[in-house]
Amino acid sequence: MVAVAVPALPTAPPARWSAAPPPLAVRISNVTKVFTGGAGSITALDDISLAVQQGEFVCILGASGCGKSTLLNVVAGLDRPTRGEVECLGSPSFMFQEAALFPWLSVERNVELPLKLRRVPGSERRARVAELLDLVQLTAFARRQPHELSGGMRQRVALARALAHDAEVVLMDEPFGALDAMTRDILHDELERIWQATGRTVMFVTHNVREAARLSDRIVLLTTRPGRVAEEFEVDIPRPRRIEDPDVAALAARITARLREEVARHGI
Amino acid sequence: MESELRQVGPGNHRPSRGRIEVAGLDALETPLVARPSLARRAWATTWPKALAVGIVLFLWEAVVWTGWRPAYVLPPPSAVLGRVWADLGTVELWGAIWITLRRAVWGFGLAVAFGVTIGILVSRFRVMRSAVGSLIMGLQTMPSIAWFPLAILLFKLSEEAITFVVVLGAAPSIANGLIHGVDHIPPVLTRAGRVLGARGLAAYRHVILPAAMPSFVAGLKQGWAFAWRSLMAGELIVVIANKASLGQLLQVNRELADSEGLLAIMVVILVIGILLDALVFGTLERRIRSKRGLLTA
Repeated sequence: MVAVAVPALPTAPPARWSAAPPPLAVRISNVTKVFTGGAGSITALDDISLAVQQGEFVCILGASGCGKSTLLNVVAGLDRPTRGEVECLGSPSFMFQEAALFPWLSVERNVELPLKLRRVPGSERRARVAELLDLVQLTAFARRQPHELSGGMRQRVALARALAHDAEVVLMDEPFGALDAMTRDILHDELERIWQATGRTVMFVTHNVREAARLSDRIVLLTTRPGRVAEEFEVDIPRPRRIEDPDVAALAARITARLREEVARHGI
Repeated sequence: MESELRQVGPGNHRPSRGRIEVAGLDALETPLVARPSLARRAWATTWPKALAVGIVLFLWEAVVWTGWRPAYVLPPPSAVLGRVWADLGTVELWGAIWITLRRAVWGFGLAVAFGVTIGILVSRFRVMRSAVGSLIMGLQTMPSIAWFPLAILLFKLSEEAITFVVVLGAAPSIANGLIHGVDHIPPVLTRAGRVLGARGLAAYRHVILPAAMPSFVAGLKQGWAFAWRSLMAGELIVVIANKASLGQLLQVNRELADSEGLLAIMVVILVIGILLDALVFGTLERRIRSKRGLLTA
């Protein structure tokens, strides 16, 4: 994507960028997505505009059915917008709620596959896989099959595989939604550490307000049906954070209040 | 993550990274399954089979004892097994096994080639599916012996006639196994493949075909059973001079009213079918299932 001057972005960049704003990684311009089915049509996304800076961690937050996954699919190119445009720096990598590991491949081969598909030569591939497995601390499990791992470990393999794709932008669709709270906390720490170490841009979809407050630089709150941007919250709580930090809790409470308002206005 | 776990660990025991890499939660969450020894596993799979065979032989022997049919029509298993042993010492039987197996492998190989090609085309292109999808199902229900009159008209009494019917018998099952496998791939795997950059042929090679493998092997197995059956039917009908196949030996023994010899050949045919199924397809299937965690015990 060509980084252009950004005239009318919905959010003014925060003060620390006022000197020279970093280039954009994702730009969503007036995207509308209408699903037409047998029972009529549903407007999942209504005129959404959003810009994500390079290296930024943005959470898309909303009640279920608000179209946040649709938004991610549109950015990933898995879905076409009905109207509007999406620009993304390179082709993004994607992490799903399920680990979606290939059950016939061992852990290391799963991580290796995106490299293989990009025709990275063998020796370089092995080195990169070792590096990534070290990053998610699963070196000892390189030769295991996915079914031998726990849910949290599988998601870490999926994260390593997504990073192997070597995309600037990582899209995450409720990747920790199916995990227990304790594993989720640990993976939040891991993700924060890995995000800081690799400097990737992350768009993270969740319905968990605390998770959003724990992880993001910025939270985009979506309304339900049609999905519109209700409000954006800048998060400047210092890192590394903890989910039980009072600041995180306070922000979560503020966002939850706003979310309630939204739900009361539109119904569920 | 490790630092957090160390705090709750007993005392101040700090496992050094690298040496003990599986620690904390990961160690707790990793299922440890000790594999029993080879001898024990072999015994565990062998004794139920041996017992089943023993029961069948006993029932057979019991029927002979009742005198329902005279022994020269229905000989006891002991006599038949003795005859198998004796026949195994003859060049004639081994020659027949060789001819039949060669036909089976050749016919089955061709069936795999056709089946896979058709399977990929049907699973890939919607037009192909609506064109030949139901036809494949129909072919599968067609008894292969019904093809022989046509095969003989087309190819005379020749190897080609047999091969023709074997391929027609086996290829639909193989194609169907592949189509079924592709149709039942969890969508999240194909999506994962797509976002990782697997497109076109690469998607087939790295995602679609491996994901469809269990069902494909089931199709191969069924295809093999059909091929073997069609081949036996073919060898009974299409008699080619100077080529004494297993099917032909059956026919000869019937004409000589040698039921002991007839049953001995039947035992050989049965054993070959079972052995190939267990050794080739059984092994393949077990390997796939254990790799994907579908094997219990």
